[in-house]
Amino acid sequence: MNEMNQVYMDNSAATRMDERVLEAMTPYFFEKYAVATSEFAYSQGIEVSESLEAARTVLADALGAATEEFIFTSGDTESSNMAIKGAAFAAKGKKHLIVSKIEDFPVLNSAKALEKQGFTVTYLEVDGEGFINPDKLKEAITPDTFLVSIQHANQEIGTIQDIEAIGTICREKKVLFHTDATHTFGRVPLNVREVPVDLITVSAHTIHGPKGIGGLYVRKGTKLGKWMDGGFQEFDLRAGLENIPGAVGFAEAIKLVTAEENETLRSIRDHLIERILKEIPDTTLNGHHEKRLPQNANISFHYIEGESITLHLDMHGYAVSTGSACFSRSLEGSHVIFGIGGDHERAHGSIRFTFGRYNTREEVDGIVDVLKDIVRELRSFSPLARDKNRKETE
Amino acid sequence: MKSPYSETVLEHFKHPHNIGKIENADGQAQEGSPACGDMVAVYINVDEKTNVIEDIKFESYGCASNIATGSIITELAKGKTIEEAKKITWKEAADALGGLPKIKAHCSVLAVEGLRCAIENYEEKHGLVKDRKATTMEIVRNRLKKVMNPMAGLDLVKTNLIEGISVKDGKVKVSISLPADHQFAASIKEEIIEKIEPLWDVTDVNVEFTG
Repeated sequence: MNEMNQVYMDNSAATRMDERVLEAMTPYFFEKYAVATSEFAYSQGIEVSESLEAARTVLADALGAATEEFIFTSGDTESSNMAIKGAAFAAKGKKHLIVSKIEDFPVLNSAKALEKQGFTVTYLEVDGEGFINPDKLKEAITPDTFLVSIQHANQEIGTIQDIEAIGTICREKKVLFHTDATHTFGRVPLNVREVPVDLITVSAHTIHGPKGIGGLYVRKGTKLGKWMDGGFQEFDLRAGLENIPGAVGFAEAIKLVTAEENETLRSIRDHLIERILKEIPDTTLNGHHEKRLPQNANISFHYIEGESITLHLDMHGYAVSTGSACFSRSLEGSHVIFGIGGDHERAHGSIRFTFGRYNTREEVDGIVDVLKDIVRELRSFSPLARDKNRKETE
Repeated sequence: MKSPYSETVLEHFKHPHNIGKIENADGQAQEGSPACGDMVAVYINVDEKTNVIEDIKFESYGCASNIATGSIITELAKGKTIEEAKKITWKEAADALGGLPKIKAHCSVLAVEGLRCAIENYEEKHGLVKDRKATTMEIVRNRLKKVMNPMAGLDLVKTNLIEGISVKDGKVKVSISLPADHQFAASIKEEIIEKIEPLWDVTDVNVEFTG
């Protein structure tokens, strides 16, 4: 199979960059390559510095924030590390933080790293669709709590949390609130003038922007400890030569995302979910039907294992991902599917389809047609499917 | 297409040989569980006079390396005597597949285990076990490690469902801390009997639910 013919449905992992983004970035490699901090030395520095600030304004605007509240980072991993560890460094003796059980690894592993440094962490349970319970959050907050970090939407099952409710609780209890919006930025509205949130992680790689650039919204007055030391860049919060082409590309990428595009994604998502649940027996949708990312569908195919499904799909030219242990380097099943009360079989048989700008309804029909055969074939010699048939005929 | 798997693995994965089930097989075994991510069932029919494996089939719940190893191991075993087939190692299977990624070793070992256990099952059923050790509680407990607790996806021993085991004059009694009307009681009981009954000196298996 020619790699050019691949139908790519793993857009939450990375996206194909939009040509218009590259076009916007190109001058900053060949003509305007000076560093922004050289503005007092030569004129090219002024131009570059202005471009950086213009990009910052565009991205801050997208969140309803002021320009100086948006910090550029190298991506969502760094942003979440900066938010959580930065808040811990500035916590003035407070030692407790709260995260949900189904956070992505930058948040989860930052919390675990702090645990080793003597902090205590509450891992909030989620229900069968992936929602945290706001009452449980309220109960978990103690006078020692300095931060709550709960994602805007889940990376695997797409569940969108009620962050307005979460933010309101945090505000009442005077605790910082960080949310990982890596998968919602541009796709699901989030405005800091309406939602009481203090720190927001975003990234360009999920919206057809370049890899290696992300951002952290830091509400004015929020104290963060600096942990990347060096120069005074990014309002003295994050040292290092600014990634100007990245920042310009990120701003261009967010400008190109439209409400209309999100509507298209939602419609092809629903088409896929509807067809699979209707046409392939013994399938379960993971997550919520409506309160989910417009670009995400996650379905468990019972009695068979996900790596086998993805490999067959790859041979047919479709790229997707799975929560199976066999797929991961750690050989552990998806912590998200376990988190929503799923068993091993549901985790190993889960397939995540994530859509982007270049997917079409025809591609969705194509993958469902192929999946029907793959699933039937793999089930034809699965001992789990046989046990189930036996029980049904008894 | 680029792949971490060899051409041979991909070929056996795409078109696995000897898949399915043999009804009333002379020997059979099921290894693994959904918890470890892979399961394999192996069925053999053996010529009683020559001890040659005449027919062999397998079923798989697993990833590509699990399916491919099941396919190759059944090919390697077909036509061999049970003594020869017992000696097939994971290394031989992996070599025949043109190598397997290291991280996938555990997924493919299962198929080799499955073949060995199916042969053992045949030997037990046909009175061919040479080393006739009397069945002990320990032997019973080891066999129960292969019976799944469907609620947890792990075996009965790991999930602490075994309340007691007694072995006396060929009679084995197993107590399970579940209510007798539990939704999985019947299937757990059936599986326990399937695993314990073939032991050469066992005449009766009694499964008791005490929960």
